[in-house]
Amino acid sequence: MRLTGDEQAMLDGAGGPAVQKAMDLLVRYGEALGAERLVDTNNVCATVGATTPFIRDYAAQHPGGMDAVFSEFSLDSAEVVKIPKVKAYSSHLQQGIDPNHAEQQGVSAELVQIYRKGEAFVGALGVQLLNTCTPYQVGNVPVRGEHCAWMESSAVIYCNSVLGGRTNAEGRESAGAAMLTGKIPYWGYHLEQNRLGTHLIELEVEVRDTADWGLLGYYVGEMVQERIPVLSGVSHVPNLARLKHFGAAASSSGGVEMYHVIGVTPEAGSMNEAFGGRKPLATIKYGAAERTLAYERLNSTARERRVDYVMLGCPHYSIEQIWEVCQLLEGQHIHAGTSLWIFTPHSIKQVADRNGYTRIIAEAGGHLMTDTCSAFGRVIPKGAKVAAVDSAKQAHYLPAIMGVQAWFGSTADCVQAAITGRWSGAAK
Amino acid sequence: MKTIMLRGRKVVGGCVEGEALVTRDRISGWGGIDPRTGTIIETRHELRGQSFKGKVLVFPGAKGSSGWSSQFHVARLAGAALAAMLFNEMTTKIALGAVVTHAPAMTDFDQDPLALIATGDWVRVDADQGIVEITKNGA
Repeated sequence: MRLTGDEQAMLDGAGGPAVQKAMDLLVRYGEALGAERLVDTNNVCATVGATTPFIRDYAAQHPGGMDAVFSEFSLDSAEVVKIPKVKAYSSHLQQGIDPNHAEQQGVSAELVQIYRKGEAFVGALGVQLLNTCTPYQVGNVPVRGEHCAWMESSAVIYCNSVLGGRTNAEGRESAGAAMLTGKIPYWGYHLEQNRLGTHLIELEVEVRDTADWGLLGYYVGEMVQERIPVLSGVSHVPNLARLKHFGAAASSSGGVEMYHVIGVTPEAGSMNEAFGGRKPLATIKYGAAERTLAYERLNSTARERRVDYVMLGCPHYSIEQIWEVCQLLEGQHIHAGTSLWIFTPHSIKQVADRNGYTRIIAEAGGHLMTDTCSAFGRVIPKGAKVAAVDSAKQAHYLPAIMGVQAWFGSTADCVQAAITGRWSGAAK
Repeated sequence: MKTIMLRGRKVVGGCVEGEALVTRDRISGWGGIDPRTGTIIETRHELRGQSFKGKVLVFPGAKGSSGWSSQFHVARLAGAALAAMLFNEMTTKIALGAVVTHAPAMTDFDQDPLALIATGDWVRVDADQGIVEITKNGA
C-alpha cells in the first residue's frame, strides 16, 4: 500500500503511540483488503463504549481502564496506549444499556457506573454522544460523495444508498483507527465503479408500510447476499422510516451495503445510471409468493401466540414512528403480562417528552427507552419468552441472541399484541 | 497419501495446520456466533451449534452486522479463535475480522476451496507462501 508523507509520519510515530497503533492497524487492514491507498475521512461513526457483556468485564478487570479497552478493542493493540482526542469528526453509535431504565432492563448499579465512566471517557475524547444506530436521524447526514468510515450495517446501507455518502461497513477497530488518524482504506464503496447495481429486483406487489419494506429487504438480502440490488416498480415513494427498515433487513439476511431505487435514490435517476450501462447479472421477481416466503422465514421461531414482550425501535424509531404508535396506543392499556419497550435516540426522546408522547406511552404501561436495543444490549424484560417486533432485523437476531421466540408483523400488529397479550398478525 | 494443492493470496500471514470446517452459508459475526465458544448460533445456519474453535474455517464470506470483526476479536481473547480462515468473497468485514483474529487467512484461490475441501479434511495453510495443502479425510 502506498502511504502519503503524513500517513508515513503517523506510522513512524510522529503523532504519538496511539496514532502509530492506529496507522499500523489501517496498513494491516488495507493490505488484507488489497487496497492501494488510504483516503481522508472526516465522518466516523463507531461504538467505543464498554457496556456489552465481554468488554465490560474486560474494562472492570483491566488496570488500564478505558485506555486499555480502546487499545485492545478499537486499535487491536494488546499494549495499552494513552488515547488522545480524536482527529476526525466522530459519532458514537448505540450503547449496551439505557442508564435511565436500568431497573427495567435488569442492569446493576455497578454497570450503570461503568457506562457513565465510559461515556465520560468517550465524550472527553471529542466523540459526539449520539448513542444511536441511526446517526442520520439526529443530525449526522453525510452529503453525496462524502467519504465516511461508519460502522452499523443499517446505517452504512442508509448512508451509501439514500444519502450518497461513501462508506464500507467498518468495524470497531478500523473505525477507532479512523477516529485518531482521519484515514480509512480507499476500497470498495469509496470508488465510483463499485457502486453500480448488480441485480434487478422487479416488484410485482405493492410495498407500502415499514413492515412491507422490511419483508422486501429480508427477501432481497438473502437473494443477493453482498451484491447491489436495484429496485424497480416501486409504486409509492418511500420515506426515511421505510428505507431504514428495508436496509436494516437486507443487511441482516445478507450483507447488502448499497442498493438503488430507480427514480428515488441519488445515484439511480434511471436504470442506465443505476447499472452504469451494464446488464444486470440477474433479474429477481418479488411477488406475493416471495413476500409470503420472507414472512414465513421471519416467523420461523414463533410457536406460542401468548406474547410477553413487544419491542419497537429497531433501528431506533423516528419521531414519526413514535407519533404513529401513540395514535394506536392513546387511551389504551397494555396487557398485564406483556411489556412494551420502544427504543429511540435520546435527542428524539426529548421531542417525544415535549409532545406528550412519552406520557401517552407511560400511561398505557409502556416505556420509551434510549441508547440501546434488546439485541445489542441483551436487555429484555425478566422472564420474557415470546417477543413481537415490527423489525425484520430484530426478528432475525433476537431469537439467536436471547433464545426467545419472535413474531414479526406490522407496527399495528405489534401494538395490538401489547394490548391483548396475544399475537393475531398474519401474512398478507 | 494424496494431497491437493491450492494457490491463493495472503490476507493475514502465518502457517498452520488443522481440521477443516466447511460451509456454503455465509457467516454473521455479531448475532451469528457466540464468541465465548466459537459456536455458530444463527437460527437457520447449516452449522448451527457447531464451533470453529481451532478449526480451519472454509466459507464463502461474511454477512450481517459490522460487529463482525469485534466478535472474532472477542473470540480470540476468549480462547475460541479459529486456526485459519479460507474464503472466496472479500469484504471489509472479513478483512478486518481476519486481521484482528491474528490467524493465517487467504482468499483469491486458483480453484474453489468450497468444492475441494470437505469438513474433516486435514488442511495445511501457508499464507506467507500463498499455498494450501489438503489431505482428504480417510485418504
